[in-house]
Amino acid sequence: MLSILSGIGNLIFQKLELFGQLVLLTIDTIKRLRFLDIKRLVKQMAHLGVDSLPIVLLTIFFTGVVITIQTAQEFIKYGAQSTVGGIVTIAMGRELAPVLTGVVMAGRVGAAITAELGSMKVTEQIDALRVMAVNPVAYLVVPRLIACIIMCPILVVFANVIGIIGSYIITTFYDSITTQMFINSIKVFVVPHDITGGMIKACFFGAIIAIVGCHKGLNTAEGAEGVGTATTESVVLSIILIFFFNCILSALLY
Amino acid sequence: MNKEFISKSENSEDKKAVFKEFDAINQEMVAKAKEDMVKLVDVSVELDGRYILKDINLTVKRGEILVIIGSSGSGKSTLLKLIIGLLKPTSGQIWIDGKNITMIHEDDLNEIRLKMGMVFQYSALFDSMSIGDNVAFGLKEHTDLDESVIKEIVTEKLGLVDLKGIEDNMPNTLSGGMKKRVGLARAIAIDPQIVLYDEPTSGLDPINSKVIDELIVSTKKAIQATAVVVTHDIKSAFTISDRIAMLHEGSFVIMGTPEEVKKSENPVVKNFINGFVT
Repeated sequence: MLSILSGIGNLIFQKLELFGQLVLLTIDTIKRLRFLDIKRLVKQMAHLGVDSLPIVLLTIFFTGVVITIQTAQEFIKYGAQSTVGGIVTIAMGRELAPVLTGVVMAGRVGAAITAELGSMKVTEQIDALRVMAVNPVAYLVVPRLIACIIMCPILVVFANVIGIIGSYIITTFYDSITTQMFINSIKVFVVPHDITGGMIKACFFGAIIAIVGCHKGLNTAEGAEGVGTATTESVVLSIILIFFFNCILSALLY
Repeated sequence: MNKEFISKSENSEDKKAVFKEFDAINQEMVAKAKEDMVKLVDVSVELDGRYILKDINLTVKRGEILVIIGSSGSGKSTLLKLIIGLLKPTSGQIWIDGKNITMIHEDDLNEIRLKMGMVFQYSALFDSMSIGDNVAFGLKEHTDLDESVIKEIVTEKLGLVDLKGIEDNMPNTLSGGMKKRVGLARAIAIDPQIVLYDEPTSGLDPINSKVIDELIVSTKKAIQATAVVVTHDIKSAFTISDRIAMLHEGSFVIMGTPEEVKKSENPVVKNFINGFVT
């Protein structure tokens, strides 16, 4: 019994320590924002953001399709077919687009950041930066953080558009839902804040992905196995934090 | 004690004289410390209750090549990391060019690091950059030089290591020996006053080892830099060093000229340089 309690206690301390390290890295990064190099930022925006667009679009398109298949039939049963467009758009704008974009980005971008920085760590490239009087946080973390914060909400805008297109394509198969009805319901139900709120969430998710990815990369243990472990931990932790902060942000924003 | 001495000086003339004396002593100490490019005073590093280095005292004079030898795990690389500030000692002081760097903040340490260059055991070249960008890295980050001037310097430094014309190649296209030479070119690109070498000849064939040895000596002559070389390559140590120090289980067992080390009767030193298994 005592060993179980001690195990739980240790686990809690480890998680608190990790959370503290993430907060410290965030503060250190914010302090070094003045060293932001625009060239490096643009490169990271292209690498982390633009290159993620196809996978984000694909994921959200199918999500729009599936959610409409699931809801349209039920709504038609109860004569609420005129609300499908609006309901799907609200769900997409507030929750599905930002959260799923965050999850996809955590898998693609978070993993890439950790793997890259982890490889640099185990091959002494991070030490080489420090030896050459270049701060690794200013050089590596700052551009990645800003790139993720800028690109995540932009990707969410594209995700919203493609999600709604996916939804609309499905509604065309139902005779009782017309194009005019679909558009009108969006006009009636959706307010700009449904979309901007999702974009604000995406900024936080981008920051989580960058900070967790960089922290895990910069603290990678030696060897190829260490890089693999750090990458897995980075993706898992990012996704958990995205869902956790999504609850808080949803409560605060809507 | 100094305070007591001052308080005993009754009038202001006496106090002025005492302060003058202190000033002179201070200046003398700084001047002496500046003569020593690297100075370690009673440095210890403890990790998980085990001493990696214990009470290390070391002085490297300006323009000297000091080679630190010792078997694997003796603390050689740790010593190098202490000098460049990648590690903090558990106790003791580290002085670089007359400045105590023991407890200074990383950002202040960077000013000192601009005087230093380091050649890593596995080169540590930035694999996402071309060779030219690797060598130019320090210059781009810390100087306002024109792109054309930086290009000239890169060509010159690559010429020093006999690798002209590979600026556009990527590190993964080079052999181990070539990577080490690029690492050296990168380390000396900003004309550092101290160059640290971590196992510069390990994993290289005898010909490439000789090339690197010659480069260390010629680099010292070319840029008048102090060098600290960590190696377990005895032949290389005797070829390039002004002085040799041997680390064994975290402490120095000998420090002297190559001749003194060769003549040492210390069994640990004798066994190491003759390759005897104990």
